[in-house]
Amino acid sequence: MSGDDWIGRVIAAARPKAVAALLRNFRSLDAAEEAFQEAALRALRTWPRNGPPRDAPAWLVMVGRNAGIDNVRKQSRLQPLPPEDLISDLSDVEATEVERIDHADYRDDILRLLFVCSHPDLPVTQQIALALRIVSGMTVKQIARAFLVSEAAMEQRITRAKARIASVDLPFEAPGPVERSERITVVAAMLYLVFNEGYTTRDDDHGARAPLCDEAIRLTRLLLQLFPAEPEIMGLTALMLLQHARAAARIDADGAPVLLEVQDRARWDRRAITEGLALVDKALRHRRPGPYQVQAAIAALHARAPRFADTDWAQIDLLYGTLERMQPSPVVTLNRAVAVSKTRGAADALAMIEPLATPLGGYFYFHGACGAFLKALGRHDEAREAFSRAIALAHTPAEAAYVRNQIETLAEPKGM
Amino acid sequence: MQYAILCYHDENVVCAWSKEQDDAIMAKIGAVMERHKEKLGPVARLLPTTTATTLRKCQEPPLVLDGPFAETKEQLLGFYVVDCESLDDALAFARELGAVNPGGSYEIRPVAAFFPAEVHRERG
Repeated sequence: MSGDDWIGRVIAAARPKAVAALLRNFRSLDAAEEAFQEAALRALRTWPRNGPPRDAPAWLVMVGRNAGIDNVRKQSRLQPLPPEDLISDLSDVEATEVERIDHADYRDDILRLLFVCSHPDLPVTQQIALALRIVSGMTVKQIARAFLVSEAAMEQRITRAKARIASVDLPFEAPGPVERSERITVVAAMLYLVFNEGYTTRDDDHGARAPLCDEAIRLTRLLLQLFPAEPEIMGLTALMLLQHARAAARIDADGAPVLLEVQDRARWDRRAITEGLALVDKALRHRRPGPYQVQAAIAALHARAPRFADTDWAQIDLLYGTLERMQPSPVVTLNRAVAVSKTRGAADALAMIEPLATPLGGYFYFHGACGAFLKALGRHDEAREAFSRAIALAHTPAEAAYVRNQIETLAEPKGM
Repeated sequence: MQYAILCYHDENVVCAWSKEQDDAIMAKIGAVMERHKEKLGPVARLLPTTTATTLRKCQEPPLVLDGPFAETKEQLLGFYVVDCESLDDALAFARELGAVNPGGSYEIRPVAAFFPAEVHRERG
């Protein structure tokens, strides 16, 4: 095996499984993490010499477990265990032990680890930070950079989260089917938060958040490997892939967001789109729709359109209607109104969102959409007012600049 | 003799490659394929096993299951069909591929029957 840092990649890929199994063993996040670090250090030392083990996660779990026990023994002055240098492939030495860590164990272990990171006692920002630190193995520095905070502040956030987790009773018994399904739902929500954290662009992040999207996709794929028949997890994976496929096209050379309408679709990631579409297809077969699947289906319609003008707005309108019934929210209605403006016209769309002025009064996109609908109806004075409100609420200079352009088109006397 | 070179790799490792790493490896593989284009048949890279569906024919009607046929530590992620003089030649081709694509294993399987796309179309 050649190539740079293959050991690092194998260790990184094995991390969620190994840390999850060690958590079951030590019942403490700190102890599991320490044991994994120790095992990873030993892997870096012995794998180049002995070659990679056939089952990297199992090797790391065994060595990590021994290291953890070793620490306890040192403290109690007992005999140390034999060094792992003698172990090239654990299946030779402890075959039965390794076999015991089979798919079913890993499945509930990893779910438990992710569930611990999604603990309802933790504020959302701590959930995300903890998952990225413990499950993904991102360094505090990397996470701090993605969140645009100092390393010290992120260190403190993670320490607080761990302290809170240490004080609650963690569920170590194997979950029943209902419990398992509840955990999957909670974990999926946390993973989508990680994704959205990465998807939200700010002018000052210079791409620092993009790794969060990759991590979220990696962990959601892992969840889907463990629970391959869950249509909502297929939907969530597809949703992330289809949205992230546009990554290269949705930010311009200056780092400013580019609207879907004007994105260069040749820059969309075709492989991610193919994977997303395949998963939407698989999920639909189950006929158990859910919000992630519906959102993925909407993203799929955008992905399937060769040009913006080819978008199937009628279908998108229907899907947003379904989503409104599943998860009523003014933002969903606003999105639906955009589809309606393309199919039934701006008057219907405007009528749909006028009642939302109160809940969405502080929302940039609401005023932007109002402005666009009013403009299409020829009500230019009101459109100008709406656009001005949008500019005041813009998150980034690029958003403000986009709306300013809209106002400039109003200034042109149209058809008068 | 035609050989299928079946590519097995831990998909969690492959999926963790950054786009740059993936592109770099694909470019090197492309160069190997270019060198052997005379004897190369169809080549495919498969999507992750999470996209797989399995039709189990153990009962009537057959059972449709989500996921790959088998849970394995390394997954079937692609294949090449290549026309070689001997097993040694096929192994040499696999070694060349392996040199630019670290990790995983190749299974070299002689092909018993091969139906290129043109044959189906002619049968129409």
